[in-house]
Amino acid sequence: MWTSEQIWTWLEEVKDPEIPVLSLVDLGVITQVKINEKGKVNIVLTPTFAGCPAMAYMKKAVEESLQEHGISDFKVTLSFDQPWNSNRISEKGKKALQQFGLAPPPSYDRILDLEILEQAICPHCQSTNTTLRTPFGPTLCRSMHFCHNCHQSFEQFKPV
Amino acid sequence: MDYQPALLDLLYKMADDQFILGHRNSEWTGIGPILEEDIAFSSMAQDKLGHSLALYQLLHELGEAEPDTLAFMRNASQFHCCHLVELPIGEYEFSLIRHFLFDHAELLRFEALSQSTYEPLAKVAVKLKSELKYHVLHANTMIRQLGTATPESIERLQNALMNAWPYALGIFEESKWEEKLIAAHLFTGEIKLKQEWLDKIKTILAQTNLKLPDAATVNPALGGRVGKHTSFLQPLLDEMTEVYKIDPSAEW
Repeated sequence: MWTSEQIWTWLEEVKDPEIPVLSLVDLGVITQVKINEKGKVNIVLTPTFAGCPAMAYMKKAVEESLQEHGISDFKVTLSFDQPWNSNRISEKGKKALQQFGLAPPPSYDRILDLEILEQAICPHCQSTNTTLRTPFGPTLCRSMHFCHNCHQSFEQFKPV
Repeated sequence: MDYQPALLDLLYKMADDQFILGHRNSEWTGIGPILEEDIAFSSMAQDKLGHSLALYQLLHELGEAEPDTLAFMRNASQFHCCHLVELPIGEYEFSLIRHFLFDHAELLRFEALSQSTYEPLAKVAVKLKSELKYHVLHANTMIRQLGTATPESIERLQNALMNAWPYALGIFEESKWEEKLIAAHLFTGEIKLKQEWLDKIKTILAQTNLKLPDAATVNPALGGRVGKHTSFLQPLLDEMTEVYKIDPSAEW
């Protein structure tokens, strides 16, 4: 038999399809791993953005991971019960984002003031002398910025 | 649940608004006036389709058909969207003004609904309002810039605002369930929402050279909430369901 701790460890191997250095666990989209008395595994995922086209892929990737580890009795559901926000990304996840060249979302306390978008830190040179170009980017979860120090455009994982 | 019909009505009109405007926004993909705006309208389109899916899913959980069936198998008279979202994209300034007027109303709507006594809706509203903040941020930035830029940009925006205004007031068309929704604390109601919206719109427009049209003397474009639509909706539905209807059972 398996424990939920083991399953959490296995799920660290499942990566975000658009950011392959980031696991679904560090992204914070897995809100529940439960095993009932009959051994059935119930996993709940919550979307980063409601319109994120990668969610169906992530669900399938979790199902495949369970199968690879010999689990056949499972259910993976999508739910808004514990809505995702960018504070759910772990410290390890934020580090991985930065190494990937994507500015991690700044943490915020309860209420998000979008002015923090103007204070993005360049992931290439760490400068704070940056400007928000547009809150929309190549995927729903990214905004686009420009760094006046190293004169490069960069993207930030949006705080929500 | 005697408030079920009221709840269904509320969910349908919100879902249909998101779905139809999502499609209209997507018509800017590839032809936006500048790259950033092309990406912005395309991203907002994607967000709005996601929002409609979340709301159609709530309807499905209440016993209505599957989300795809609701989206693609109804005709215009079965849709509850307001006229504002149906109108063609027009020139860029019209789409921008529509986005500004509509998304301010949506953000306030979902902020109110995050307190709804219908818990599944309150949870979805918490999520959607966090995403809508970016839509409103974008609208405000562009309206402030273009609303103070050149005589041409100001004139174009002012004309678009006058044209869109009666339709924007139609967002707040009351349903026959209004009192029931308010009494059960499912929703704070369209009248309250409209007042909050006017205050917000007024604040932003005051930072530009644009003039706020009169809300008291203009007749709102009504009927959308009860299935009476402009002539633009059915052709739009025909176009967006063309592929789906070739084979509704196809696996994608």
